[in-house]
Amino acid sequence: MKRVMGVAALGLSACLLMGAADGSWLRRVPAADKARVNPLSDRKAAAEAGFHVYEEECAKCHGREAQGKGNRPALISERMKSTTDGDLAWLLRNGNSWKGMPSWSVMPDAERWQLVAYLRSLNTPAEAQHLEGARQ
Amino acid sequence: MNARFAPPLRLILVSLLGLATVPAHGQEPPYFVTYSHVMEEPGNLEVASQNIGASPKNANAFYGQTIELEYGVTAWYTAEVYFQGQTTLKDSTVFTGWRLENRFRPLRNEHWINPVIYVEYEDINNADKSFLEITGHHVISDQAIANGLLRSDVERSIEGKLILSSNFKGVNVSENIIAEKNVSNEPWEFGYAIGGSHALASHASASNCRFCRQYFAVGGELFGGLGTRYDFGFKSTSIYAGPTVAYNSPHSYTITAGPEFGLNANSAAVLWRLKASYEFQQVRDLFRRNR
Repeated sequence: MKRVMGVAALGLSACLLMGAADGSWLRRVPAADKARVNPLSDRKAAAEAGFHVYEEECAKCHGREAQGKGNRPALISERMKSTTDGDLAWLLRNGNSWKGMPSWSVMPDAERWQLVAYLRSLNTPAEAQHLEGARQ
Repeated sequence: MNARFAPPLRLILVSLLGLATVPAHGQEPPYFVTYSHVMEEPGNLEVASQNIGASPKNANAFYGQTIELEYGVTAWYTAEVYFQGQTTLKDSTVFTGWRLENRFRPLRNEHWINPVIYVEYEDINNADKSFLEITGHHVISDQAIANGLLRSDVERSIEGKLILSSNFKGVNVSENIIAEKNVSNEPWEFGYAIGGSHALASHASASNCRFCRQYFAVGGELFGGLGTRYDFGFKSTSIYAGPTVAYNSPHSYTITAGPEFGLNANSAAVLWRLKASYEFQQVRDLFRRNR
């Protein structure tokens, strides 16, 4: 019985993750949130701190190089480039729980913005190069 | 108010005031009894050892241990299994039972108040001293009875909780309303738990540190019984409250500690708690063909 329950639970979670990368969450972002800009003025310092948050909280699912893992999407992509800071902040706060992405609302606002700064820098080649240098 | 209650109440007030003044962070709120709407991340397995010690008046000192295995099935569903035991000074060491717990987060987005539905089946004997929640008429004097007698009385119960939890500017406030029904012919029992917590930093550090303020969280919780369906209220049951502190290491382990003070004569004077947990990241990847 326990084995059947375990297999069913794993099957269910795999099914729910199937559509994780379709970007449909972008349609749920309210206009006011979409328009928000990252309030952290020192973007380089924010991105460096965001890198540590990424390594601790995000890399296990999205990969250390943000290349994606299994059904969990890559975070260096055309879609990421087209999102606003507000879109990303909204996703981190709300998650996309029906498609596998947990909410990070427990993280303080400023830390989520640091993470947004890092994700943005990953998708901006010049900034990504600078961060790579800083990491080494 | 009885003079005995004054020092713990003062401590709780001071820690709650502290919550309002320190800046924020920390991942899971530092609670022992109260649940928040933070679910286990999908695919992660957390193994935790929750330890409790107390030396109640007119009863032998005891130490209780609960092993918890928590798995994030999806981002909205977390399952957990517990195994419990205790050892009582000048008495014996006994296994007291197990629990199977499920938590569901029904709403997709983050709201001002976030509900979580909790359903649990437990098979626990009366020698249990885990204090994972208080329901019905739980009084500390019952703990004075010998383990040999207590363990023969096994309770199989279904327990439901409505978890309401909010995050605002780095502060988490959570309230749990508990209803428990023994599957034999006993009345519904009720209880509650309330917690508040705050992280010690609002920003992550840009340096690669292990003990930065962002990894620490402080909080406090209050919990107790609410009697039964036929005798609802705060009488003839215990109430505990106390401060907690947690260290959420960047290397996947968490240590939470704190004393909980009994606030009435039905409670032990103080429960000492220590919880250590380790999170195994993305366990389900081990069972996937394409990693």
